[in-house]
Amino acid sequence: MAGLPKPEELISKVNLKKMPPKKWMDTLPVEFKPNFYCYGAKGKNLEYVNFPNARDWSPTDPDWKLPEDWKKIVIEGIKQRIERFRTFHVFMDICVRCGACADKCHFFIGTGDPKNMPVLRAELLRSVYRKYFTVGGKLFGRNGGARDLDLDVLKELWYYFYQCTECRRCSLFCPYGIDTAEITIIGRELLNLLGLNTDWISGPVANCYRTGNHLGIEPHTMKSTLEFMCNDIEEITGIKIEPSINRKGAEILFITPSGDLFADPGIYNAMGYMMLFHEIGLDYTWSTFASEGGNFGFFTSMEMAKRLHTKIYEEAKRLKVKWIIGGECGHMWRVWHQYHNTWYGPVNFLEEPVSPITGTKFENAKSNKIVHISEFTADLIRHGVLKFDKSRNDNLIVTFHDSCNTSRGMGLFEEPRYIIKNVCNHFYEMPDETIREQTFCCGGGSGLNAGEIIELRMRGGFPRANAVRYVHEKFGVNILANICAIDRATLPPLMDYWVPGMRVTGVTELVANAMIMKGEKERTMNLRMEPLPGKEE
Amino acid sequence: MGIGLAFIIVLGLILFAYIGTDVLGLDILFAVIFPYAAFVIFLIGFIQRVVKWGKSPVPFRIPTTAGQQFSLPWIKYSKIDNPSTGWGVALRMFFEIAFFSSLFRNTKADILNGRLYVGTNKWLWIGALAFHYCFLIILVRHLRFFVGETPWCISLIDSIDSFWQIGLPMLYMTDIIIALALLYLLGRRIFNTQVKYISLPSDYFPLFLILGIVATGILMRYFAKVDITNIKELTLGLAYLNPTVPKGIGSLFYIHLFLVSVLFAYFPFSKLMHMGGVFLSPTRNLANNNRMKRHVNPWDYPVKHRHYEEYEDEFREKMKKAGIPVEKE
Repeated sequence: MAGLPKPEELISKVNLKKMPPKKWMDTLPVEFKPNFYCYGAKGKNLEYVNFPNARDWSPTDPDWKLPEDWKKIVIEGIKQRIERFRTFHVFMDICVRCGACADKCHFFIGTGDPKNMPVLRAELLRSVYRKYFTVGGKLFGRNGGARDLDLDVLKELWYYFYQCTECRRCSLFCPYGIDTAEITIIGRELLNLLGLNTDWISGPVANCYRTGNHLGIEPHTMKSTLEFMCNDIEEITGIKIEPSINRKGAEILFITPSGDLFADPGIYNAMGYMMLFHEIGLDYTWSTFASEGGNFGFFTSMEMAKRLHTKIYEEAKRLKVKWIIGGECGHMWRVWHQYHNTWYGPVNFLEEPVSPITGTKFENAKSNKIVHISEFTADLIRHGVLKFDKSRNDNLIVTFHDSCNTSRGMGLFEEPRYIIKNVCNHFYEMPDETIREQTFCCGGGSGLNAGEIIELRMRGGFPRANAVRYVHEKFGVNILANICAIDRATLPPLMDYWVPGMRVTGVTELVANAMIMKGEKERTMNLRMEPLPGKEE
Repeated sequence: MGIGLAFIIVLGLILFAYIGTDVLGLDILFAVIFPYAAFVIFLIGFIQRVVKWGKSPVPFRIPTTAGQQFSLPWIKYSKIDNPSTGWGVALRMFFEIAFFSSLFRNTKADILNGRLYVGTNKWLWIGALAFHYCFLIILVRHLRFFVGETPWCISLIDSIDSFWQIGLPMLYMTDIIIALALLYLLGRRIFNTQVKYISLPSDYFPLFLILGIVATGILMRYFAKVDITNIKELTLGLAYLNPTVPKGIGSLFYIHLFLVSVLFAYFPFSKLMHMGGVFLSPTRNLANNNRMKRHVNPWDYPVKHRHYEEYEDEFREKMKKAGIPVEKE
C-alpha cells in the first residue's frame, strides 16, 4: 500500500509494555500524525444538516475557528449529558483503573499509544469532568486526576475520540461494564457542538439526509444499479429478476446499507439478496428514499442518528408494508436493535413479522418489526425451503468475522454460522479469543474507514488480520465471510496488506452462489463471474 | 503517578492519629467524634451519590451482549450472558457482582515477532476476588464488637476463618490472604507498566489506607495484644449511641479506628463507589430485548427530519423518467 512500511516493519516497533517517559497529562499538545487523523468537515455539509459552527476546517490548522464561548459550550454539554445518560454519569465516576481493558483495544494493540487504552481514552474526558463536576477534582486538581479544559486538551479529545471505532470490546471485559463506545459517542457529540466533525462522516450524513443514502445515490441511479445487477444475475443463472422499487402494498420493505449497491464485494451480496427473494417468491420492495440502513449520523450525535433513521419507518408507513427485513450491516443493526424502537416506536402501523414462506413468527422482533436477513435466511434453511449445491463453493475455505456491532450490541452469532455451514463445505473458526463476543474490529468502524487514515486502519485491523492469517496458514482459509457493509469495504485492503490473497465476502453471496434456483440454467460462474470449481476451461 | 504522595498522606494520617491520642490525649475525638462523623458522611454521601446516578435516566437499552441472542426457537441462546428476560438479567448481575464474571474473562495480549498472541489471564480476577471476599468476611467478623452476644452466624464465620487453629489467638486465613491480595494489587500498579501509566494518586491511596488498616489490625491481634475488653466497651457504646471511652486503649487501636474512619468518609467521593455503581451499569443490568419490547426514553424529543414529500419534490422528474412510482404526478 502506497506510503506504508512493510507489515513486519509496521508492527515490529509496537511495544505494548513500554510507556512514554512523560506522564500522560504532560504530553500536550498532541502531535497530529499524518495518516492518523481524518480530514476536517466541509462547511457546506455541516450546514446542510444544521450542525453548529459550520465552516471549512482542518485539524492541523492552528486556529480551529471555534465559537468564542466554546469552553462554556463543552462544559454545559457535559452537564446536560450527565443529566441525560446514566451510562455517562456512572462511567465518569466508577472506573477504578484496574487496566483490564487496556490491551483489549485493537488500536492500542496496533499502535502501542497508551492513550488508545480504553481506560485512558476515557480519562481524557474524565479528567475534565472531574475538574468541573466533582469535589475531589475541584479540591485537588491534578492530584485528584483533574485538569482544565483548554485548546490543547480539546485537540487531544478530538484526536483520540476519532481513533475509537466504538466496537465495545473493552466493555465486555470491564468489571463494571464501562463502555468506551458510549463515552466516545458522547465525546463526539460534544465535539460536534463546536462543528468538529470529519469530512468522511459529515459528507455521508449530508448525502443521507438529501438522497436517503450515504453514497448520494439518486433514485434513478439506484434503479439502474439494481437493473445492472439483474442483468448479471440473468447472465449467470438465466433467470430474469425484476425488482420492485417504491412499490406500495408490498408485504415487506427491504433495506440494506448503500455500500451493497456500490462496490465489490458488497454488490455480490446485493445480487444475492435479490436472487434469494426471487427464489422464494417474496413480495417485497426496495425504497429509493429509505435506501440506507447504515447511519453515519450515529457517529455524530444521537439526534442526528434519529433524524436520519426516521425515514425508515416513515417509508414503511407510506408504502404500507407489513414489516421490514434488514440486510447485512454492523452499526446499522446496533442502531436498529438497540435504539431505533426507542426513537420511533411504538410501531403500531406494521405487523408482527411472520415469514410468509415458513410461517415462523419472529418473536424477537415483534415490537420493532425488523428482522435480520441472517435470521430470515437461517429460518428458511432450517425449514428446508432452499436447495443448495454446496460444491459450487468448494473452492472456498471460509472463516467468519463477527462484526463488532452485531456481536456486542446484539448477539447474532449462530445464525450466520448456520447459514455458512449449510452452503459451504469448508468452514474453520478463528481462535476463540478473536471471535463471537470477543471479536476484533476491522479497524475502520464508526466512520473511520477513510482513506487518509490508512495506516491507523492497518494498525487497528492488525489483531483481526493476525487471526485471519493464523487460519490461513493452518487451514488454508482463503475467504473471509462477514455480515457488515463496512467490513466489506475495510477488510479487502486490510487483507491485501496483512494476508495477501485473502478475499472477502458477504454471507448472502455465499448463499446465492450455492442456491439451486428453479428454472436456472447450468451454472458455470459464481456471482463474481469467475468459473465455478470444476467448470474452469 | 502519585504513589509517593498517596503513601505520604497515609503515613501522615497514622502520625496524626498517634500524636492526637498518645501525645495530646484527644481520645474522645478519635474514639467518638471521628467515627460518628465518618459514618454519617459515608451513609449520606453514599446515598446521595446513588440517588444522583439514579436521577440520570437510562434513555436507551444498550446491554453489552456477551453471547448468542434470543432469536429463532431452535437456536440455543445465552440466557445469562445475553439475557432476554428480567430473570436472566438478575442472574447476570448476580454472577457479575458475586463472582466478577467479566473480569473472569480477562485475557492478555502481547506482540512477539510481529504476531499477536492472546491468552487467558486470571490473576487480576483471583486477586480482586480474594481481596473483596476477605474484606467482606473481616467486616462481618468485626460485627461481634458491636453486639453484646456474638450471634451464631458470626461465630461460624469466625471458626471457619480460623479453621487451621494455628497459634493463639488463632490465625485468621483472611488476614493473610487480604494482605497478599493488597500487595498484589499494589504490585501490579508498580510493576505492570500499562497499569502504572494509568494510575492516579487516588488509585494508590485506598490501597495504602486499607493496607494500613490491615497492618494495624494484624498487629493488634497477634503481636501487640491490645485489651479487647476495653475496646469492646468502646465499640458497644458506639453502637448503642452511648459512647464511653475507657482508659488504657493504646494508640495502635486509635490509629486503626482512625484509618477506618478515613476510609468511610472518603468512600462516597472516590472510585470506591464502584461498589454502588456496578448495580446501575446499563450495559449489564438491562435485558437485550429491544426488538421485543420498546424501551422508552423519558427525554425523547421530536427531531427535524427529511420527509418523503421533500425528497420527491427534489427528484420527481428523475423518478418519473426512470419509471419509479411517485405520489404526485
